[in-house]
Amino acid sequence: MQWEVVIGLEIHVQLATQTKIFSGTSTAYGAAPNTQASAVDLAMPGTLPVANEQAFRYATMFGLAIDAEINRRSVFERKNYFYPDLPKGYQTTQLAQPIVGPGHVDIRLENGAEKRVRIHHAHLEEDAGKSLHEDYHGMTGIDLNRAGTPLIEIVTEPDMRSAEEAVAFARKLHGLVTSLGICDGDMSQGSMRFDVNVSIRPQGTDQLGTRTETKNLNSFRFMEAAIHHEVERQIDILEDGGEIVQETRLYNGDRDESRSMRTKEEANDYRYFPCPDLLPVEIDDAFIDSLRSAMPELPDAKEARFKADYGLSDYDAGLLSNNAATADYFEATAKTGGDAKLAANWILGELSARLNAAELNIKQSPVSAERLGTLVQRIADNTLSSSGAKKVFEALWNGDEADVDAIIDREGLKQVSDTGELEKLVDSVLADMGDQIEQYRAEDDPKKRKKLMGGFMGPLMKASKGQGNPKLLNDILQKKLEG
Amino acid sequence: MAISREEIEKVALLARIRLEDNQVGALEKDVGNILNLVDQLQSADTSSVEPLAHPLDATQRLRADEVTEHDQRDAFQRIAPATEDGLYLVPRVIE
Repeated sequence: MQWEVVIGLEIHVQLATQTKIFSGTSTAYGAAPNTQASAVDLAMPGTLPVANEQAFRYATMFGLAIDAEINRRSVFERKNYFYPDLPKGYQTTQLAQPIVGPGHVDIRLENGAEKRVRIHHAHLEEDAGKSLHEDYHGMTGIDLNRAGTPLIEIVTEPDMRSAEEAVAFARKLHGLVTSLGICDGDMSQGSMRFDVNVSIRPQGTDQLGTRTETKNLNSFRFMEAAIHHEVERQIDILEDGGEIVQETRLYNGDRDESRSMRTKEEANDYRYFPCPDLLPVEIDDAFIDSLRSAMPELPDAKEARFKADYGLSDYDAGLLSNNAATADYFEATAKTGGDAKLAANWILGELSARLNAAELNIKQSPVSAERLGTLVQRIADNTLSSSGAKKVFEALWNGDEADVDAIIDREGLKQVSDTGELEKLVDSVLADMGDQIEQYRAEDDPKKRKKLMGGFMGPLMKASKGQGNPKLLNDILQKKLEG
Repeated sequence: MAISREEIEKVALLARIRLEDNQVGALEKDVGNILNLVDQLQSADTSSVEPLAHPLDATQRLRADEVTEHDQRDAFQRIAPATEDGLYLVPRVIE
């Protein structure tokens, strides 16, 4: 049977506020355990929450970016459950009246087609702390620094039909929240976490199958693998005549395994009710309008501008515009380098490969945009050959503090493009290669001729100490050989 | 409206309240009485009334996003039953 996959996502996005959603405690990442957990975050008796205005701004900006209705009135509710990393015994969240109503995000599929993914709503809530399950004398360690960090939880409609679509959506969303500057987007630190709802149904039917939820995926790669894994698991069960159990599962990406998280039969019963400690929040049109007028350029607009202003291809413009840091890096490189396409090639080629291998993001690049721009400039003006450029890049990557031009001089990488000089060089090399010249001229097969031609380039480059402009040398050589 | 023994036990479990067997009967009666009052309220026509989110007719004041709290871990951990490496220790949690 042909199965259709149906996917919906819930995404937790940590907001890039300075402080927590209900207290003035810092949210800076990496502090010593519990040094950023104040009386409110610890749920000490007698404390009261006070909501952070910036969290409302960020949530509103997200709503505007996905063309959603912003609810003027939103209400916090208590979601009750017991877990040691949740000191109050309830999570303060929004349910019936979330700040962001229905909206949409458009994604581009592999075949170039556009697809609209509907957003059901997005609500503000607080993050929980962290449980450390390493053995502390048979006990669990609790770090509450993260408790109370503002989140928006974004809930999509079940509009995605493959793992690839889900990842395309996730990447688009990542680009959106980082371009808005409402989230640092650092997935390795848990700034964006994905819960994936997956069900399958026979192709051509309308009724949704029973779904499972796989929680807390924090990389695009694991998310894709987890969906593939879950789809296979469900197909195996249904084709063996079994039934899917609605449940929450945990995926282990290192082993490509998943297991049920449900320990008891009882369904969760969160007993939501409006939080008596927090009054309803009302925002007015002036609040929304001031944010609307200050919205930064978003990835779709940026992509269009990169194509129009820099002549980039759809593909390059798409890759460079989706991440705000990458887009800024590209524009700075192109400005210094003068040649935008060359700048794009270097960023998406050599630089990306090296950053990926070193597991760095572009903000951590050891090569600044200005320095890469100077390198691009020297390639564009023919000072550097491609092999010379690679050597300079290597030096920059390894933290060489000299100027690009100083490195070129020091390493003797300046390319010789003087035609007269190069002609002399070709003549002197060819003078010792009489046999090869005859062999070349006697060859009729163009493919073989091309190969024989390569036999001259090696000695030529060697004679020029690698500094001859290869394209010019090639042109001169061809002329002489045909001559 | 009556409430069953099983419902009382389930609510107690969700709230992590331990009940002795001899307490459940009395609670069945007390909670049942409260639910009877709720039934009376239910009979009022509320079709034109918005659900009440808060008894005060006011809206939330928002706070500027500025750090006002500073590290008081030592003071907080002095009253914790068990700590180590700055962590609060709790009975092992296994999922």
